[in-house]
Amino acid sequence: MEFVFSKRAKILFSVLMIIGVIAMIVGFMNDHSNHHGRFWANILTNGFFFFAISLGGLFFLALQYATEASYMVVLKRIIESITQYIFVGATVLIIFFIAASAHWNHIYHWMDNAVYHEYVMESTIGTDHPEYVDEMVEGAIDNEHYDKIIDGKSAYLNLPFFWIRTLLYLGVWCFFAYFFRKRSLMEDEIGGTKIHLKNMGYAAIFLVFFAFTSSTAAWDWIMSIDTHWFSTLFGWYVFSGIWVSFMIFLVLFTIWLRGRGFVPFVNDSHIHDIGKWMFAISFLWTYLWFSQFMLIWYSDIPEEVTYYVQRITEYKGLFFGIFFTNFVFPMVILMSRDAKRTIGYLIFVGVVIFFGHWLDVYMMIFPGGVGGELHIGFMEIGMFLGFLGLFLYTVFNSLSKAPILVKNHPFLEESKHLHI
Amino acid sequence: MHQEAAIREPLILGEKTYGQITEDVMQPVVGKANRSWWIAFGISAVMALWGIGCILYLLGTGVGTWGLNKTVGWAWDITNFVWWVGIGHAGTLISAVLLLFRQKWRMAINRSAEAMTIFAVMMAAVWPGIHMGRIWLAYFVFPLPNQFGSLWVNFNSPLLWDVFAISTYFSVSLVFWYIGLIPDFATIRDKVTQTVPKKVYSLLSFGWTGNAKAWNRFEEISLVLAGLATPLVFSVHSIVSMDFATSVIPGWHTTIFPPYFVSGAVFSGFAMVQTLLIIMRKVMHLENYITIKHIEYMNIVIIVTGSIVGVAYLTELFISWYSGVEYESYAFLNRATGPYWWSYWAMMTCNVISPQVFWFKKLRTNIMFTFFMSIIVNIGMWFERFVIIVTSLHRDYLPSSWTMFHPTYVDIGCFIGTIGIFFVLFLLFARFFPVLPLNELKTILKSSGEQYKKNSEDATQH
Repeated sequence: MEFVFSKRAKILFSVLMIIGVIAMIVGFMNDHSNHHGRFWANILTNGFFFFAISLGGLFFLALQYATEASYMVVLKRIIESITQYIFVGATVLIIFFIAASAHWNHIYHWMDNAVYHEYVMESTIGTDHPEYVDEMVEGAIDNEHYDKIIDGKSAYLNLPFFWIRTLLYLGVWCFFAYFFRKRSLMEDEIGGTKIHLKNMGYAAIFLVFFAFTSSTAAWDWIMSIDTHWFSTLFGWYVFSGIWVSFMIFLVLFTIWLRGRGFVPFVNDSHIHDIGKWMFAISFLWTYLWFSQFMLIWYSDIPEEVTYYVQRITEYKGLFFGIFFTNFVFPMVILMSRDAKRTIGYLIFVGVVIFFGHWLDVYMMIFPGGVGGELHIGFMEIGMFLGFLGLFLYTVFNSLSKAPILVKNHPFLEESKHLHI
Repeated sequence: MHQEAAIREPLILGEKTYGQITEDVMQPVVGKANRSWWIAFGISAVMALWGIGCILYLLGTGVGTWGLNKTVGWAWDITNFVWWVGIGHAGTLISAVLLLFRQKWRMAINRSAEAMTIFAVMMAAVWPGIHMGRIWLAYFVFPLPNQFGSLWVNFNSPLLWDVFAISTYFSVSLVFWYIGLIPDFATIRDKVTQTVPKKVYSLLSFGWTGNAKAWNRFEEISLVLAGLATPLVFSVHSIVSMDFATSVIPGWHTTIFPPYFVSGAVFSGFAMVQTLLIIMRKVMHLENYITIKHIEYMNIVIIVTGSIVGVAYLTELFISWYSGVEYESYAFLNRATGPYWWSYWAMMTCNVISPQVFWFKKLRTNIMFTFFMSIIVNIGMWFERFVIIVTSLHRDYLPSSWTMFHPTYVDIGCFIGTIGIFFVLFLLFARFFPVLPLNELKTILKSSGEQYKKNSEDATQH
């Protein structure tokens, strides 16, 4: 069976993208924050959020291979189509990092050359390119922008190393998204168990690489926005957000496809299972949110607690609101077995926490990247819709390119007969 | 009926029938203990008695008989406590989390892993108890009404959260374990002929009839308890980690502690399960139920959790530098290169580097090697707690009070003692309890039994 990317859907997603472009243009013109910080923070928030969904899909796919799981086999093509957005997502991120490196924005404070030098030549102050020096020479005075803490991190936070890491993560992740997809299509053609058994090994390799790089990418791309701040849990916290965002999207997308009759082989048990995942990973996210927050709040050490002080003073309602939304909705509503088999509940909770996790990314990026009061206006909503359109267009397009049910997967029969 | 793919390996080997499963599990219960059991029991009992002696001496004389000093106020005591609690994670993970994940291989190991959990948590509880010195005042840890004067528990203290977390965990694990045992006790009750054992097993089986209604409730309560136990698996060691992480001691205060402790606990718990089961399957002839595949799966859990722990170690190390906080950086530098460098590197080698050999299928399916590695991991995880506790404390903010910790024979005796008591309990369990969930095993015989799988394959081929 084939999935047909209907003309109506194409038009709808194109309209969303056009709204996004308009929001970008209008937003950019009206953005009077430092170096269009708000505009660029929006690019990063959406760029990361949708990229994360596809990365989460890639992780989940590898997890299925490595754990010999069968129940998701009927959903494999859907998961694969979600992973195929990773190429677009990676491109958006690269554009953003180029912009940051070229100083078109000041989201990353550490990319500013001024913070690394103790002295500045007095005569050059006020010009476009003040001359900074590391030693006290004639004509030099103390550099008021010098930041000892950031300077201490320069062995890690410097542009060449940052780019090497970023390209490494993106390159390897994209490669695996391409590679697993290719092998999956190959399995349709060739059959046998060889491809599957080898996939288990490749998946393990990917998971090891991902285990390290999901944390370091979170430090590089997000934690370093609040350059002084640090938290050992941060990488895992971001990872749980990546995972849950993907699960939410998978639930909503599968339900939609099932409603349209594209996936008759998906039964209530499959829906129940992905509902359980959405429920369980929401708990994981909550657990990690709480662990990080509680330990920092409890110990109240100045260099750590600043992160939350800013969020609580400037964004109090939203900050705690995100926590309660993303925790309480899935917990209360999806606790029972019946709820996880009821489409209405799943859609309701899924949509609510989909926005909840977008806001979670927002909350990681905006306070450090833009600061000041809460910004959610036409630009935020419009750009979100634009990226949503781009994401859905890519995913739908990819899904329509191959049969919607895999062939020859050794666990296919087990998966079709799933009954719980 | 449930479909099982041909490429899945069988979980019950040999040509077993329902009757044979019952007989195999009943064997140690109705038979006489062999010599190796008595030798093991004798050694464990001697260790236990020595430990009890040391504990009585400690309680009679005071905590000063341990090697603690004013800088290192926690050492082996809390190390042992955390080590035992950690070991106590595998059982409930296997029975609850793997039940939720529909992992059928858990059935061969869950009974003994849960027993191990319960005994390990009991051993863990010994440590804070005797650490109080005046153990007869132990009830002060409960939030009792104020008749005792102005003392009231400190709800802000993670040590109090620990009291709640561990007692809840213990209760739920015990109930879960016991409910699983009921049908199996009933089977033994129906099979034994001597009067006294029949009476005892009859009492233990709570009048189980085995009708459809009873089984239905049995399965429902198992699922409910699994749902309750799963968050508990996470909460217990998270809260244990908060004993350290809520403080402001460099090396203790780090946000990754809760999930990293949980992972480490599962890691050490599985290692202990391997240690016990590899011996048990041999001595009790359970090779057809606890197969190489089971051992391989457990080794995979060990490598995954060990690697998560490894990522956490490296994260801590990196962030201690990245933070730019002098004390934080020093704490980790001191761990790796200070006077306790050997314990840090013992931890790193045993927990992170050596489990990586399980990437080789040959090694993770080798029984002797697995046994050896399980001991290594047990040692490594003990050192992990030692490193966290002692190396973070022994050099505090005041260099004039820097010191070392030297265990006394009482420290050593109490620790050996808990190992002895643990093994005594486990050996008694292996002797008198059904060590495999025989009734549950029967449910997978036709889908995952070796000869049934072969028969159905033959049928499809012809």
